[in-house]
Amino acid sequence: MGIGSFFTSKLDEAIGWARKYSIFQYPFVTACCGMEYMATACSHYDIDRFGAGLPRFSPRQADVLFVVGTISHKMAPVLKRVYDQMTEPKWVVAFGVCTCTGGFYNNYATVQGIDTIIPVDVYIPGCPPRPESVIDGLMKLQDKIATQTQRY
Amino acid sequence: MDGAAVLDAIRQRADVVETHAHRGDATVVVTRDALPRVLALCRDAPALAFDMLMDLTAVDYLKYPGREDGPRFEVVYHLYSLVHNHRVRIKTRVDEDDAVVPSAVGLWPSANWFEREVWDMFGVRFSGHPNLMRLLLYEEFVGHPLRKDYPIDRRQPLIGPAQ
Amino acid sequence: MAETTRREFMLGEGSGTGSGSQNLHVGMGPAHPAMHGIIRITTELDGETIVKADVEIGYLHRAFEKDCEEGGYNNAIPYTDRLNYVSPLINNFGYCAAIEKLLGIDVTERCKYIRVIMSEISRICDHLTCIGASAMELGAFTVFLYMIKAREFLWELVEDVTGARLTISYGRVGGVKADLPDGFSAKTTKAFKETREVLDEVHRLLTGNRIFLDRMVGLGALSREETIAYAITGPLLRAVGVPYDVRRAQPYDVYDRLEFEIPTQKDGDNFARYLVRMAEMEQSMRIVEQALARIPGGAINVDAAGRPIDPAAYVDLGKQGKTEGLLLVPITLSPNLQGQQRAALERVNVHDKRVVLPSKETTYGSIEGLMNHFMLIMEGSGIRPPLGEAYAAVEGANGELGFYVVSDGTDRPYRVRCRPPCLPPMAALSRMIEGGMVADLIPTFGSVNMIGGELDR
Ligand code: SF4
Repeated sequence: MGIGSFFTSKLDEAIGWARKYSIFQYPFVTACCGMEYMATACSHYDIDRFGAGLPRFSPRQADVLFVVGTISHKMAPVLKRVYDQMTEPKWVVAFGVCTCTGGFYNNYATVQGIDTIIPVDVYIPGCPPRPESVIDGLMKLQDKIATQTQRY
Repeated sequence: MDGAAVLDAIRQRADVVETHAHRGDATVVVTRDALPRVLALCRDAPALAFDMLMDLTAVDYLKYPGREDGPRFEVVYHLYSLVHNHRVRIKTRVDEDDAVVPSAVGLWPSANWFEREVWDMFGVRFSGHPNLMRLLLYEEFVGHPLRKDYPIDRRQPLIGPAQ
Repeated sequence: MAETTRREFMLGEGSGTGSGSQNLHVGMGPAHPAMHGIIRITTELDGETIVKADVEIGYLHRAFEKDCEEGGYNNAIPYTDRLNYVSPLINNFGYCAAIEKLLGIDVTERCKYIRVIMSEISRICDHLTCIGASAMELGAFTVFLYMIKAREFLWELVEDVTGARLTISYGRVGGVKADLPDGFSAKTTKAFKETREVLDEVHRLLTGNRIFLDRMVGLGALSREETIAYAITGPLLRAVGVPYDVRRAQPYDVYDRLEFEIPTQKDGDNFARYLVRMAEMEQSMRIVEQALARIPGGAINVDAAGRPIDPAAYVDLGKQGKTEGLLLVPITLSPNLQGQQRAALERVNVHDKRVVLPSKETTYGSIEGLMNHFMLIMEGSGIRPPLGEAYAAVEGANGELGFYVVSDGTDRPYRVRCRPPCLPPMAALSRMIEGGMVADLIPTFGSVNMIGGELDR
């Protein structure tokens, strides 16, 4: 390993470490999961501990898109648009089984998993996921952010 | 007034096809032509005074035992009177190829969105409605999903795969 | 921009601009940060005044009514959870009430009390969320945190009873899933004490708060006549002075035996709606306290003296044919099935084999029980109401929640229609916001308490 690659991998680590604790999320809240999202975000479960407490309500300023709740076919173009508006680097969390697979809404109105429209990094199953599993998903995302190759 | 008295009052003043009170729900079936008169009567007669159109919906009787050949749709009005605290259900039947019902928007503004929803879900039109557009689905959607012959998993995505 | 064009643009003068000023079209939503809910409002603004508004809904349409037609009667209960997902218990019970009406059965006394208790807890959760979220949108983030804290106390109660926090699926046709757990009433007392403290705090923070008043008083008002004409029920109707409440007007369960007031206000504006909701929460707690004091049947105590054995051993014994006396042995259930022992279920469920699943003991311990279970679960059997139709209404958190069910005699509902309490106010939303400032749209929308799952179904 040359000194150069040693240096970049350390830099990667440093950047990863910094990024994982400054998650600015954009909550794309549509349905019931939003209630659990609220509960997770508030004082009781406090996701501020993970550096993810501050939602940015503009996709252009956010790093992580939290897709919370069922996405219907009518809503799908909106979601895609929001995703496209986010700047790199960006990650997507599918919150709840509806966003992962369509959940138990296997019908004409519902998108069968948002990964048919946009790429997803972390899936949090549950209908709705309990705050504990949301936090688990968030930590998984942090690991992913910290260990991936950083682009800057 | 109790249900029987409501039914009597309507029967006396208008032509009705049939009435029943299954499980205590006073129900009147009227022809489409009589519908506007009956609805107006229900709202305006002081003894009835149905000032709220609580709900308006439709049922597709395509696969209902014994009703396969009859008129396909039934449009159902649930009325409630704040003054007298009583309820009534008014129904009218229409065929598939002539699925038009006079609009009730002039009587109760709440009919506006309910009728749009019925159009959206069943494809029953309301003549005289100011803005009969789909309420819940998108304009690109073809067909009316709550009809019994619309398969539940026929998807019509705007973007993404149809699966 | 060149000087002349800028002038033309700003003042609407000169060539190319038409004559005079023009209205500006601003679209809000469906994913708008200041609105909790996905709807799209297209407004036409003159300066900051909304001249015309058009509301579009349907972004959360999940085919509830079609889904219900696809399964058995009890299978629709999880879907009803997700109608008004802030107060799912009321939806469960409303749906069950409609099916029970169709079947012509009456639930047990204890079950009625349980339904009342759980509905009222749900109603408090709903109002807490509504007020918290709309206060947050006005900048009062603290209130939101407080309200969610209080809701968390109540959700813990709900979790104790139902096993889930939000999507509880607790109602069953003919009863409820399980009896109340031990010590429920003590926990309720504690949770209510904490909730009352929070409400007190919120009262002090908001009710006299100058900023809050400026954003709420006199805004978003709807006249009494219009409210009625739009068939708006619930807190919005009571805020214009009409004391209509299904719980009082056409009592169901045991509401006619409990004492409570129906809070009303006169002005019909956002502030009146806020006051109605705040007062209703207190009334709901009153109802729960009375109901807990009067609930018949007492606490559940399947005591260990009767040799409790675990379900697996129970099944084994049954398979080996050692069924003698097995029916008399209480079963130990995992904690999340608490309240589902035979004795408990008999207290809360109708004694009607056509409708209610037998308890685990009966299913595993006797051939009749097994057959009964099988018959209810098997495709094509199950609950089969006679041909007919029924409409049953309960008082949801947002107003009259009605279910209209048509049966064709099979084990699947032919048609389930939900009368969503928040659709009429949304239909009237454009009437409420037209003529107001664009910023006032937010508190007005908040006071309507639109819940997507219920609105779009
Ligand atoms: S996963 Fe469940 S709780 Fe979440 S939005 Fe879907 S149905 Fe609602």
